[in-house]
Amino acid sequence: MKTFIPPDFRVYIEHERCRRCKRCLMNCSFDAYTFQDRVTPDDSKCVGCNRCAVFCPEHAITISNTPIGYREHPLWSMKARKDIWKQSETGGVLLTGMGNDQPFRIYWDHIVIDACQVTNPSIDPLREPMELRTYLGKKPDAVSVKMDRDGKLELATELLPQIEINTPIIFAAMSYGAVSLNVQKSIAMAAKEFGTLWNTGEGGLHEDLYHYGSNTIVQVASGRFGVSSEYLKIAVASEIKIGQGAKPGIGGHLPGEKVNLDVSKTRMIPQGTDALSPAPQHDIYSIEDLRQLIYAIKEANGYKPVGVKIAAVHNVAAISSGIARAGADWIYIDGFRGGTGASPTIIRDHIGIPIELALAAVDERLRQEGIRNSVSIIAAGGIRNSGDVAKAIALGADTVAIGTAALVALGCSLCQKCYTGNCAWGITTQRPELVRRIDPEVGAERIYNLLRGWSLELKEILGALGLNSIESLRGSRERLRGIGLNEVELRILGIKHAGE
Amino acid sequence: METIALSENLKETIRIDAKNMYYRQLNDMVREAIASGAKDVIIDSVNGQRYIGAGIERKDVTIIINGTPGNDLAAFMDGPTIIVNGNAQDGAGNTMNDGKIVIHGDAGDVLGYGMRGGKLFVKGNVGYRVGIHMKGYKNQIPVIIAGGTAGDFLGEYMAGGILILLGLNNNTHSIVGDYLGTGMHGGVMYIRDEVNPYRCGVEVGIAELDDGDKNTLERYLKEFCDDFSLDFNEIIKERFVKLYPKSSRPYGRLYAY
Repeated sequence: MKTFIPPDFRVYIEHERCRRCKRCLMNCSFDAYTFQDRVTPDDSKCVGCNRCAVFCPEHAITISNTPIGYREHPLWSMKARKDIWKQSETGGVLLTGMGNDQPFRIYWDHIVIDACQVTNPSIDPLREPMELRTYLGKKPDAVSVKMDRDGKLELATELLPQIEINTPIIFAAMSYGAVSLNVQKSIAMAAKEFGTLWNTGEGGLHEDLYHYGSNTIVQVASGRFGVSSEYLKIAVASEIKIGQGAKPGIGGHLPGEKVNLDVSKTRMIPQGTDALSPAPQHDIYSIEDLRQLIYAIKEANGYKPVGVKIAAVHNVAAISSGIARAGADWIYIDGFRGGTGASPTIIRDHIGIPIELALAAVDERLRQEGIRNSVSIIAAGGIRNSGDVAKAIALGADTVAIGTAALVALGCSLCQKCYTGNCAWGITTQRPELVRRIDPEVGAERIYNLLRGWSLELKEILGALGLNSIESLRGSRERLRGIGLNEVELRILGIKHAGE
Repeated sequence: METIALSENLKETIRIDAKNMYYRQLNDMVREAIASGAKDVIIDSVNGQRYIGAGIERKDVTIIINGTPGNDLAAFMDGPTIIVNGNAQDGAGNTMNDGKIVIHGDAGDVLGYGMRGGKLFVKGNVGYRVGIHMKGYKNQIPVIIAGGTAGDFLGEYMAGGILILLGLNNNTHSIVGDYLGTGMHGGVMYIRDEVNPYRCGVEVGIAELDDGDKNTLERYLKEFCDDFSLDFNEIIKERFVKLYPKSSRPYGRLYAY
């Protein structure tokens, strides 16, 4: 069938600069280049990932959006037209990768942070100790201390297990299968080096990563891929995945093509079979069932923490209250900007709510009910920089999780073609020649550097706020102000408008 | 805790009275007993305690439960044998990797969810959502056999393994419920009854048993009959039908790439 879809991108080669080294041919995993005397691009195959442009030694490649000569229409955007053409040519469900890319309001960009001037002096983090250490887990309702014979005070309250992390940033769940093993290795190494946590996602734990156990959260999702007693015991904690911001309420299909020998071993399913994750977990139809699974895992993992991950949806506050009461050690809330390796576009773009509103609503509800201490909150789904981290913590998060940001550190250019399995940057692929493009040592260094940079910035922000501990910022909404937000938005966020 | 010394140094059988005991304490005692070298753990007066045998990774251990164990019996279990002299509740064999559960009674809903290996034998009836997303891997073949009837959603999302339903002592209605094998993309079911196609998911095919099927069925059925002292010849006389997935990729052509 003749396609009506115009190419998304135009590939321009400056032939005077080009030395015919063919690196672009080697780097393009979407076969957008051929070589006949000179490099010839096929615009229709270009996904705009810019791998070729970055690796062109002569900087002879420019990728631009195709100048579109179609008549403009505010309702019938080019995206709307292209989607219809694609579906009329395939009859299928449109797929995409990454998080929601629609122009919904980004609340982070309408929130600003306070600073000290004159009356309450700011602190210089370069000269004074600044505490980012964070503990994930249930906190007691109250603590009591006792004095021993020598007059030394010690804690009398028995604490439930806490996971200590050196910065309030952990890594979001990205499964082996969705991303390559080298991506997981990079992230796991960086997590261990920095003293934070990474998350297996629902694809099992590859045996090469077993020794990162004390920095690993293992996920238990509806397909139960790779979930065994050993898996639960190796990790420092487990997480029950109910939902994901990019695709709330739906399951996942890892196509058989991506289930190679190694993925098959890690997921514990036969090679080449589709890995179907049902939409719900069929042993969880209620809060009581959720509690049952939380404690089943605790019985198996020796009472280590068990968290629950949900997508941010309309009734997220009430749902979170149920999860806290079900005994979860943390609630991981994934906003609708949260990424994915594959999701139906219609789900990604139209379901779920922003993390900023969800987080504020959950924190407020748990405080009102007097159970905020019984559970940690992890906020995720669109954290782009340390400013977002600080704002999330002031809105009530114990820590944030980053997925897309970590992948961008590895080279991801947000082309959204993860679902094809052809990622030219070697991230969302299982093709061996592409997987090799990420050297885990180098990848770990890039991600470590990102964590270091953000953590230093967080200390600067705390210093400006006159605080010396991230703990003091947690839930401190008085230190935030809104700009250009209406009264409902300000009420939900629990912040005043700038100038108030 | 009463212990019976079978050899001089080793207490091979340990007996626990679970009366009025909270599950956490009971399961700690079971794990302790196994860690101390017990091969047989007998638990009396069990009355709804959850998670018995959960996460235990030992092949050479038998846990005998007298009474009714609670939900998620043997969840994530990897090796032991559990014998229940009584009924079992929901979630037995949840995400089990290896081992065997023999239930001398009826069992509840959601049995063997995501089960990857081992055997779950129930003498009587089973509830709804049994064997959802069972999956085989390498030489691990999870097997669920129920002597009685099953509720709706039997073998939903089935990806591997074997489900056998016998419908013994049932002459009044269909031994299977509705939505049988919905989303099935692997494994096989043998049902000792006629199966009306309207009860099945669209992904399910119905066929006669071939010789390979008959061998498989006989092998597991003999073991089942031995465990419950049932007459194998009497049971195998009746006609079985085989349910299989029409495609291993039921959702392969769903997407626009």
